[in-house]
Amino acid sequence: MATTSLSVNGKVASVTVDDPDTPLLYVLRNELGLHGPRFGCGLGQCGACTVHVDGTAVRSCVTPLSAVSGRVVTLEGLGTASNPHPLQSAFIEEQAVQCGYCINGMIMQSADLLARNPKPSEQDIKTELANNLCRCGTHLRILRAVMRAAASS
Amino acid sequence: MDEMINRRKLLQAGGALIVAFSLPMARAETAAAGKTLLADRVDGFLAVAHDGRVTVYSGKVDLGTGVRTALTQIVADELDVPMNQITIIEGDTALTPDQGTTSGSFSIQNGGMQLRRAAATARRALLRRAAAQMDRDIATLSIRNGVITAAGGEWLPIGSLVEPTSLALDIEKDAPQKAPGDYTIVGKPVRRLDIPDKVNGRFTFMQDFTLPGMLHGRVVRPSGFGATLVSYDESSIADIPGIVKVVRISNFLGVVAKSEWSAIKAAQQLKVTWSSWSELPDQSKIWEHVRNTPVVHDDVTSRFGSSRAVLGAAARKLRATYDFAIHTHGSIGPSCAVATFIDGKLTCWTASQATHDLRKQLAAMLATSDADVRCVYVEGAGCYGRNGHEDAAADAALLARAIGTPVRVQWMRADEHGWDPKGPPTLLDMQAGVDPQGNLAAWESELFVPDGSATFVPLTGADLAGLNSLGKLSPGGVLNDLSIPYEIPNVTTTARRLQSTPLRPAWIRSPGRLQNTFANESFLNEVAASVGTDPLDIRLQYLADARGKELLERLAKLSKWRERQEPDRNAEVVTGRGLAYVKYELVRTYVGAVADVEINRKTGAVAVKRFYVAHDCGQIINPDGLRNQIEGCVVQTVSRILKEEVTFDRSMVTSLDWASYPILTFPEIPEVVIDLIDRPQEVPWGGGEPTCAVVPSAIAGAVFEATGVRLRSVPFTPPKVLAALRAS
Repeated sequence: MATTSLSVNGKVASVTVDDPDTPLLYVLRNELGLHGPRFGCGLGQCGACTVHVDGTAVRSCVTPLSAVSGRVVTLEGLGTASNPHPLQSAFIEEQAVQCGYCINGMIMQSADLLARNPKPSEQDIKTELANNLCRCGTHLRILRAVMRAAASS
Repeated sequence: MDEMINRRKLLQAGGALIVAFSLPMARAETAAAGKTLLADRVDGFLAVAHDGRVTVYSGKVDLGTGVRTALTQIVADELDVPMNQITIIEGDTALTPDQGTTSGSFSIQNGGMQLRRAAATARRALLRRAAAQMDRDIATLSIRNGVITAAGGEWLPIGSLVEPTSLALDIEKDAPQKAPGDYTIVGKPVRRLDIPDKVNGRFTFMQDFTLPGMLHGRVVRPSGFGATLVSYDESSIADIPGIVKVVRISNFLGVVAKSEWSAIKAAQQLKVTWSSWSELPDQSKIWEHVRNTPVVHDDVTSRFGSSRAVLGAAARKLRATYDFAIHTHGSIGPSCAVATFIDGKLTCWTASQATHDLRKQLAAMLATSDADVRCVYVEGAGCYGRNGHEDAAADAALLARAIGTPVRVQWMRADEHGWDPKGPPTLLDMQAGVDPQGNLAAWESELFVPDGSATFVPLTGADLAGLNSLGKLSPGGVLNDLSIPYEIPNVTTTARRLQSTPLRPAWIRSPGRLQNTFANESFLNEVAASVGTDPLDIRLQYLADARGKELLERLAKLSKWRERQEPDRNAEVVTGRGLAYVKYELVRTYVGAVADVEINRKTGAVAVKRFYVAHDCGQIINPDGLRNQIEGCVVQTVSRILKEEVTFDRSMVTSLDWASYPILTFPEIPEVVIDLIDRPQEVPWGGGEPTCAVVPSAIAGAVFEATGVRLRSVPFTPPKVLAALRAS
């Protein structure tokens, strides 16, 4: 058993796990009940589990809890229904969801991009999201949503 | 059907109207006792509460397509209640009628129309009741926003008219439905109900569903599909905390732990000895294997004239063989289920597309009655057919029964890629005969596909455990669209039904229709080239269907097909355009597509730059939802056609992750330009699949125009394209 304190979405949580190498994903989902980050592959290949650590998009399924010292932000912490992040509003405006399972990763990765490059080109967005997989084929809407968010901020 | 409730008993009990109430996700204990599941009864589908809120009970489920929103639109419009007063419950075997599997683009066409008829009947019943209560002529009453108003201004909310028997009615096929021009919600791009929660991280997917006291299960699958369990060593996981149990039932093996990470580690670390098994065919000779598989019987799907004789005497004969690789579903979220087994009763939360069927299969597996099994649908990651969700449900059921506490089973990525049912390898031999005047006089095709239809796919956990799950060889409705939409005088299309196929098959989006349309439309393009006719013109020439011809003209205009440039076939990167058409299953949705494609002749890389789609599915319920589906059909199918192939050695699937089974990524996606042909006066047909069917042949046609090379083997990977270019 190991108890660690973890900064998540602006609050410090105390989490107790059997194994300090438990991937951050399972800590967020099962210990803290956050369902923004999702299990997709457990291999860092698809992006469904993406969260921010100190503002940088990381794959929480391959990030051991023991390696996390910074501030974690999940999709729930990025914005809320009443105070959404521009990307969340843009995804609604563009109806940029089919099943929505990958959308956490799409938004979190794009939020990281927009923080570094507020006015990305379409090509910049495609390159940024090249390792975020979507199976439903929602890519065109996702692109439009990220462009819209960039234009709005 | 034994799970259906005897109607007389129900009426005697006097409570057929279900008063709507807020149903939490874990609603096992709150099942409305006596709720009818009959699909010919209004109260099978609808309940109105005293506060005017409406509950819809839908056997069709939202698989990530947005159909929940479309079904809500249909009911809201027909019943004239605001959409936000409607709650929809999907795929709960204790509450929703069995409307069949959610598949085949039938959710609106069939499921939606059942709801529309139920709502129209309810509307008329409520108006009659109001007329009696207000002592008015029914013709002077109208409903708007859930309120019935008389000509004189007197009004009653519909909830005030609800009594226990008021909706306990047979659905009347003649109950007046609104005139198409009177719809105010149907036909509008209403925003999806689920999207706000999905972008805010508040949506509960199957993968998020939990129960108090729930434990975490993982399965440990054999090293080969037919391998048997020789032994396992529990001491090999003794160092992992929180292991509750290793469950073995014959060759079924699973671990249950208190934490998810412990379950994952235990499943990876458990020392297991499996017998050696290597009876899969050699993948490099897969098509020989398909040809050599015993044929159980032939299904002739169409026969006109005498194709054999005309082919024999034809001035010019064409022959070609098309093949289509094995595909996996590749849902981004691997399959998941939660089960409880209490006092001999199983409740299973599942993302299955067919909860009523799953219930029967789980009951058979547990050797219990259907009445002792309840399956409750919870939306999972995108589902494109019969994937692994039913198997995960069986795994969860077996583990829950063994442990006695609720168990969640989450498949890992390798479980999904390795063990979900696959789209079977499909082979088509095509022949055509052209007469001296250049007319297409004869057409023959032979399709090689596994026997069976879309029934009960065997549950893997049950098979491993040596238990019966009613399973049969079930590749899906793969004969559809083997017959062709063109008026050709001599035609024979035959499906050779194979005794087996290497990997457990099932249906993946547009099953059979995709493979058959690839061969049909590509081969028609070969005929067109051989007689010097444009691909558009040959279709117009042999189509008698006015609606189909109109669609093709719309497509030609949209894509400026007739104005296209002659490609320069000598450039390093050559461009071309291809065209394809389908009338889905010959009886419904029309789709035409043009692909703009670039081929790098040095590398063999095919890049699809743009797709133009003309689409006619009759009355459109939600145009933006339809566009979303069409875009998805194009992008997903381009992925399947350019990149995807399941690989295997003699024991197991070897493409077990996204590196070994790559799919289309953002830099590779085509632009999609759509022309929706709305026909509000017609019945609505499906839009979730038909566009898929035209994608491969449109790409292949474009590659031919650019290079003069025919691609007849999916996927069109660079090595195959290079080989074809070199052979030309």
